Amino acid sequence: MAEMDTSGGGGHKKGPGVKKSKKLSTRVDLTPMVDLGFLLITFFIFTTTMSQPTAMKLNLPKDTDKPEEQNKTAESGVLTLLLGKDNNVFYYEGTLKNDASNFKSSNFKDIRDVIIRKKQSTPEKNLMLIIKPSNECTYKNVVDMIDEMSINVIKRYALVDIADVEDKLVKITEGATGN
Amino acid sequence: MARPKIPRKSTSIDMTAMCDVAFLLLSFFILTTKFKPAEAITVSTPSSVATKVAPDKDVVLITIDKDGKVFLSMDNEQIKGNIADVLNSTKNLGINKAAFVKAGFIGSSFSQLNAFLAIPEEDRKGNNLPGIPCKDSSNNEVTEWISIVKGAYMGLKMNLLLKGDNLAKYPAFKNVIDAFKKNDELKFSMVTNPESAPTGTDLWKQNQGPVDKKE
Repeated sequence: MAEMDTSGGGGHKKGPGVKKSKKLSTRVDLTPMVDLGFLLITFFIFTTTMSQPTAMKLNLPKDTDKPEEQNKTAESGVLTLLLGKDNNVFYYEGTLKNDASNFKSSNFKDIRDVIIRKKQSTPEKNLMLIIKPSNECTYKNVVDMIDEMSINVIKRYALVDIADVEDKLVKITEGATGN
Repeated sequence: MARPKIPRKSTSIDMTAMCDVAFLLLSFFILTTKFKPAEAITVSTPSSVATKVAPDKDVVLITIDKDGKVFLSMDNEQIKGNIADVLNSTKNLGINKAAFVKAGFIGSSFSQLNAFLAIPEEDRKGNNLPGIPCKDSSNNEVTEWISIVKGAYMGLKMNLLLKGDNLAKYPAFKNVIDAFKKNDELKFSMVTNPESAPTGTDLWKQNQGPVDKKE
């Protein structure tokens, strides 16, 4: 298939004195070409399937003003995560004390350990995580934090607006660590 | 004793056929690859461990770009046509229905919609456009858009998607969520890039679970 007939009419006799030219084979080694072909195929297969975007589900609770419809939760099982600017994360357990002594700062790397520790030390029915993004944090931070909930298989969590006191505290802490 | 002669065969194989197959497959993959349409709004999405592939039919997509501007896009042309009719009858906008159906996304307030649709499609770039006003609760046109879209999708399943840029600030995201809440659209999905669960975490263990049981 890849070779051509170059023999030139079989054993045709040439006259005396005519030099016989040496015949070069027209066969080409196609192995490197096949290699290249399959390399490109593999490349295309991998790049096409990898860029498929995924969808992360988020179900919002219905807004309600009636206190009896709101979820009750034990104070001991609550972990509040505050998202500040520049990927800072702050957290406190239970309710925020007046002197803010239980207000701790963290980041996206260490927060997983905090969540895991909280999860292990709290019975599952009491565990409740509250995510409070401040106005300075980015969409990525929020998605990362919700993602962290699914990574650590946290069943109950809520996205809540930040309170003024907390917002101030986040700003003060950021100011102190930034300088 | 005379041994039977084993004919010596050449070890070189004709690669032509294999080469043909390889390049046939290559051309097939190149031609069938869907190229990402040149996006008018550049958004780099965050990654998550979610494994569900984003739906691609009956999508209502809200995009938040890095400056917090909000855009709306839909894929169902018939419904877009209905929406254009609704807008013309309820708001007296007098918009061009064909242009509205053809528009890849919507990125202006109701009052400027006509001017927006007059811009040629290729000149509509996210960074030059104002986006749908969504700054505060009093002037949140996204709420109105969603209620109109919801009305048009009445009885049909619509996939509400939210696609945000990594650098978008939280208030923009919150305003969009508020708009969803006001319309009782409490289930939506966020478009993300896939990412594998970090080793050792609970989700990772859960994914490994069935394998362990078999052993």
